[in-house]
Amino acid sequence: MKFKYEIEGGNFSKAGNASSEVKKILKQLNVPPPIIKRLVVALYEGEVNVVAHAWNGCIYVEIEPERIDVKIEDKGPGIPDIEQAMQEGFSTASQAVREMGFGAGMGLPNMKKNADQLNISSKVGKGTIVELVIFLNGKR
Amino acid sequence: MTVNDIVHKLGLTVFGGEKGLDREITGGYVSDLLSDVMGNASEGDVWITLQTHKNVMAVASLKEVAAVILVKGLKPDDDTLAQSNEEGIPLLGTELEAFDVAGKLYALIKSK
Ligand SMILES: Nc1ncnc2c1ncn2[C@@H]1O[C@H](COP(=O)(O)OP(=O)(O)OP(=O)(O)O)[C@@H](O)[C@H]1O
Ligand SMILES: [Mg+2]
Repeated sequence: MKFKYEIEGGNFSKAGNASSEVKKILKQLNVPPPIIKRLVVALYEGEVNVVAHAWNGCIYVEIEPERIDVKIEDKGPGIPDIEQAMQEGFSTASQAVREMGFGAGMGLPNMKKNADQLNISSKVGKGTIVELVIFLNGKR
Repeated sequence: MTVNDIVHKLGLTVFGGEKGLDREITGGYVSDLLSDVMGNASEGDVWITLQTHKNVMAVASLKEVAAVILVKGLKPDDDTLAQSNEEGIPLLGTELEAFDVAGKLYALIKSK
């Protein structure tokens, strides 16, 4: 099964909507709750990063019997140093975004902790692609 | 212990999400950083925060917290309140600071 969601950069009032839709689908499919929990954390952080840091993007979710694949592709400023971005506490979020409680620099670390596989590629000035996999049979 | 129990014992304001007042409480989490809550709060926690915007309810719903308590007399934004009603996750308020309400909630949960 494949699903696609579009994300608007800067629109915080819709942030989390795609994650919420995917969560509903996974519940309907009777995916085990611990798997849903991990996927929702990783997906939400990816979704909010597009809203907070990019111009627009798309989320692709593919659900198969033994794995869930998520690809989050955005057009945006990109990430110049991915290793630095992955460090807990690193954030380039604006003051306004921080006041809302975003910008702790915990999003990418949360994704790494909750996904079985995480792969990020980025071109500065063009955009970022985040791919993550969660296995359904506990093959962590 | 349910959300309704703590509403009465701590004298909390119920802004919205009344449908969820019978939700079971298993713990609490205090944070104003959304990614921290996303990464570390547990299902069934009461989330204590000073953030009043709509993303709070998005996180509350994705994490399935039992309820949200806004501290220091803060009021939710209109769309936050609307989403609390939609999701049936109680949005509560107190005049107390986070430290004080967390302490009282902790004592209540541990006394059970
Ligand atoms: N899609 C993206 N496009 C451009 N930059 C990004 C993107 N995702 C992350 N980054 C960069 O990586 C940094 C770290 O991201 P991370 O999600 O860990 O923290 P944050 O978004 O700043 O704060 P938090 O997620 O805790 O609210 C960001 O501040 C930003 O500089
Ligand atoms: Mg982030």
